[in-house]
Amino acid sequence: MIVTTQKPLDEILDFISPYKNILIVGCDGCTQPPRGIREAETLSQLLDLGGKLRNKEFNFKVNTLVKQCDSHLTAVALKDMIDDDVEAVLSLACGLGPQTIAILYPELPVFPAQNTVFIGAEEREAGTIEERCAACGDCVLGLTGGICPVSRCAKSLLNGPCGGSQNGKCEIDPEKDCAWALIIERLEKLGRLQDLEAIQPPKDHQAVARPGKIMP
Amino acid sequence: MSDFKPQIVLFCCNWFSHDGADLAGTSILHGAPHLRVIRTMCSGRVEPSFILRAFKSGADGVMIAGCYAGDCHYMSGNYKSQRRVMLLKKTLPQLGIGPERLKLDLISAPEAPKFPSSVNEFIHEVTELGALNVAKAGAN
Ligand code: SF4
Ligand code: SF4
Ligand code: FES
Repeated sequence: MIVTTQKPLDEILDFISPYKNILIVGCDGCTQPPRGIREAETLSQLLDLGGKLRNKEFNFKVNTLVKQCDSHLTAVALKDMIDDDVEAVLSLACGLGPQTIAILYPELPVFPAQNTVFIGAEEREAGTIEERCAACGDCVLGLTGGICPVSRCAKSLLNGPCGGSQNGKCEIDPEKDCAWALIIERLEKLGRLQDLEAIQPPKDHQAVARPGKIMP
Repeated sequence: MSDFKPQIVLFCCNWFSHDGADLAGTSILHGAPHLRVIRTMCSGRVEPSFILRAFKSGADGVMIAGCYAGDCHYMSGNYKSQRRVMLLKKTLPQLGIGPERLKLDLISAPEAPKFPSSVNEFIHEVTELGALNVAKAGAN
């Protein structure tokens, strides 16, 4: 899932203040924490309240899209949501959402309500969402017992752990697990500790030429 | 002290200690004509947008009363409510609204008699904070 956090309300209010009739759209896709219709509704109320405090009256339409990054689905659904009155769109999706909408409606200002922060997964027990993949383009999970050192090790080491690993925690932040301690624990369980012996060459940072592009 | 009387909206769960709510009805309402009680089937029914709408419509303080941890009629409504209130208390200050203007009280049956004083306490706190100057015009 793509993890986002809400932008400060002042920043959003600054974006939308020049307009009155605004469409707020959630995304029911992969973004977490959820940013669907309920969150869109809550945000509209917050902005309404914020607008009042700034003596500004908005007129929000609130809706949600299945997957904002799917340009076909989004194009079809937006047709019914965007009429001549809509002056701007505020999107609760990850950064892909506003970009998809901007291409579909070149003449309409589109603003992000979210900051897109990482690709993560839920840790149910701790009740957190944690970064798990950095889209490095050359996946090493097969060698590391299914634990990603690129995103989970503070130094993205491929031949860890470093000397700062203490009691399973990382020296950079003692609140965080040392990814390499987890990897060793897992490899041990799998009876594959010998995988650690192989020295990994420095990462090829050109595995994905940015901006990435593929033919699906 | 000024004679400022805050507008308070109290969302009251239907199931949490009936005695408590009745007591509240008799002993608080007389003293606080600006208290509006809205009964919901569960504190979990109170969506953030309800709370925000109350503020937008001129409430100076919003309180939610629900069942004690573990006692929610619908299992987890009060936990949801707890989470929401926590998040809203973090968000409201971004609009210049103090988190003290929002209160969640989860009350167990034996503590029900204390409920009216908890509401009164809140009314008192909000009175101290003064009016929230959300423009009153055009509220819906
Ligand atoms: S727009 Fe972003 S959040 Fe929504 S489905 Fe696509 S990738 Fe996920
Ligand atoms: S190694 Fe880590 S960052 Fe790279 S693709 Fe695999 S999971 Fe993603
Ligand atoms: S039933 Fe009372 S809080 Fe859910």
